[in-house]
Amino acid sequence: MSVRDKFGRPVVVVTGMGIVTSLGAGKSDNWTKLVAGESGIRTITRFPIDGLKTTMAGTVDFVPVAPFTSTGLSERLGHMAVEEAIAQAGIGSKGDFPGPLFLAVAPVEIEWPQRLELAHEVGGTQFTYDDLLKACGGGKFVNYHHRFLFGSVADSLSDTFGTKGSPISLSTACASGATAIQLGVEAIRRGETDVALCAATEGSVNPEGLVRFSLLSALSTQNDPPQAASKPFSKNRDGFVMAEGAGALVLESYDAAVARGAKILGVVAGCGELTDSFHRTRSSPDGKPIIGCIRKALADAGMAPEQIDHINAHGTATPENDKMEYVGVSAVFGERASRIPVSSNKSMVGHTISAAGAVEAIISLLTLEHQLIPPTINYDIPDPAIPFDVVGNTARAARVTTVMSNSFGFGGQNASLILTREPA
Amino acid sequence: MSETTAVTAEPVEVWITGIGLATSLGEGLDANWEALNSGQMNVDEKGFAPYIVHPWAKVNLEAQIPKKEQRQMEAWQRIGTYAAGLALDSAGLKGNKDILSRMDMIVAAGGGERDISVDTAILNAEAEGNCTPGFLNDRLMSDLRPTLFLAQLSNLLAGNIAISHGVCGTSRTFMGEEVAGVDAFKIALARIAGGQSDIALVGGSHNGERKDLLVLYEFGDYNLKNEFKPVWARNEHPGFALGSAGAFLVLESRPHAEARGAKPLARLSKVVADRARRKEAGAVTGTLDRLWSALGVHETPGAIITGATGAEPVTSEERAFLDHHKAFAVRSSGTRFGHSMEAQFALGLALAALSISRGALFAPGDTSGVETDMTAAPTQIVVVGAGHYRGEGMALVEAVK
Repeated sequence: MSVRDKFGRPVVVVTGMGIVTSLGAGKSDNWTKLVAGESGIRTITRFPIDGLKTTMAGTVDFVPVAPFTSTGLSERLGHMAVEEAIAQAGIGSKGDFPGPLFLAVAPVEIEWPQRLELAHEVGGTQFTYDDLLKACGGGKFVNYHHRFLFGSVADSLSDTFGTKGSPISLSTACASGATAIQLGVEAIRRGETDVALCAATEGSVNPEGLVRFSLLSALSTQNDPPQAASKPFSKNRDGFVMAEGAGALVLESYDAAVARGAKILGVVAGCGELTDSFHRTRSSPDGKPIIGCIRKALADAGMAPEQIDHINAHGTATPENDKMEYVGVSAVFGERASRIPVSSNKSMVGHTISAAGAVEAIISLLTLEHQLIPPTINYDIPDPAIPFDVVGNTARAARVTTVMSNSFGFGGQNASLILTREPA
Repeated sequence: MSETTAVTAEPVEVWITGIGLATSLGEGLDANWEALNSGQMNVDEKGFAPYIVHPWAKVNLEAQIPKKEQRQMEAWQRIGTYAAGLALDSAGLKGNKDILSRMDMIVAAGGGERDISVDTAILNAEAEGNCTPGFLNDRLMSDLRPTLFLAQLSNLLAGNIAISHGVCGTSRTFMGEEVAGVDAFKIALARIAGGQSDIALVGGSHNGERKDLLVLYEFGDYNLKNEFKPVWARNEHPGFALGSAGAFLVLESRPHAEARGAKPLARLSKVVADRARRKEAGAVTGTLDRLWSALGVHETPGAIITGATGAEPVTSEERAFLDHHKAFAVRSSGTRFGHSMEAQFALGLALAALSISRGALFAPGDTSGVETDMTAAPTQIVVVGAGHYRGEGMALVEAVK
């Protein structure tokens, strides 16, 4: 008999997961380091850091991409995460994944090394933009057309893994990874497909990427030591730390997974999203959009707040975000807000931006599997204005049946996921 | 709580209840309709010579966007935010906080304008021998406007629409050139038809007056040069002229529209998309043939509005597909508006819905023989979009019975 949730929809389960972060490649390596409280944040060596206010990041330096482009790195990281996820799911055959691809990816543009290459092609000095434009054609740079199309990463993943139909590339800023999962959940619930590949990738640590966030005063400048820079929920937090990584999940209907004898790793029980129109980068001071987002996720899962026993926080370590996340969570959870264990993976891996929602959903599912909550490191001076039960500095064993994973981003993007171990 | 609904037994009918158009031919439905039928064009052959673009027809921005918000946006966001406001006006939703606060939104977007003068100055300084390790960092830190990033981020078009018009149910931004527009409508339609959403604002925008975009497409020799010709007459000198357009539609479940007394302009019956393996010759024609079959087009005659780019080999492959449907009158949005990339499919849907609501197809745009007169009122129009490099999609727009 078909297994449905309490709203009559197919139950959506996870049967494969893959992850790459600044801590390493793969679930095993990442989990070991996460629960040991290790940091993947280091001083940037990819490019000169002279003149920068922020000189550290969670770069993925162990994956060579030559010549380096951020889009090229995000493509490579995406491949690694997807390969691990599909291998674990054991679904389809090589190059023939039997469902659609939903990919969270950073916006793409021509990068500085390529811009400089074009200028060198023009030669001389005192050239204009029109001179650059004249040097573009004729086929010499045709690969840069393909590389810097927004759909290029999804195209490559789709070619390699044989996903079906038109792959969707999406951006909801820092909530992108959660949105990719939500699109997969919705497609399975509609009965359009039994299986979906939801991936998210980020490789944006380049000079302009860093400067852009720096100019918005969003980044931590506590460069020394870099491992201590990301301080979610601490009184002395001063911004987020840019990071790279990727996460991929194979989602399936419960029925399809059981029918093929797949191991079920967890359930995506609910998704919620709600737009904040207050400001481009700041949350509405009353917290209403975050509150509404969390309530929508709970309603979508058919759950009461009491059923959530761990929150994998967005927890970027910006002064604004962490405060507003507390405002939102405490409004929904009441006095229980101070008793639910809360942790931010970003203290260790940094903020993987487009990938964060998927990376953190995977860590949430690993938390359910191991019944162990990874710590929020650098939690030495708790912010008294944020009286969460932060899992500070060392991992905590706990009975965890249901996790909420939050993602909040620029442009008023709010998304929350509810993940469980077993179907309700 | 739109997400928490049981899967519906029967798909819900989806209506188009609002259209917002701000293009190179003007703002609003009447201006665009009249320009289409009078053969008007807005082509700039000089400003970006040898490249040809379709410039945006200037509007009174304050009619849709508060001045302080305009200052936070670059042109592509202003175009889209303006058109989104027109769509909400058209649907009778402007200022309706109850509905706007739960309205879903899917935007097909690229990225925003770069600061060309900053880029050029940095490249020139480097060419003059400024190559200390911190050179690029120093220049970026001092020359980039702090808020420029927000005008460039893909999802900030949706963000600006939320801020200016209060569309704040959900917000998703799809990227990936032309087919992002197809997928935006495909997902929005599926969500409403499947009971996951009641009402959505869907569309995109594009500013063709951008040298940074010309650079990207010139890498692949895709820009139309020297002389303007209709899309179907570019065989010898293939390419597209970048267009400037904002196109948004309000999609709504029939029960939701009826409950608030909204009139349908047309029905969005089906949207399909795929990705042909283009290394194989004929792959695009084959994919378009299959998408047509999946669309459920009726036997009775109708029309096709295509976003054909004029780039090759895809345009020739699309013509082979069009040859299979000679009973259908063809119109190219690319000839009239240029190629608006992520916004082109939304533009095609807007023109289809507009034609159905006016009981006529607009006039042919060239004399090559591909576009022929249609005197009957169209009751079904197929919108076609085959990307210049990847991605194919199709939609069926019908008169509401």
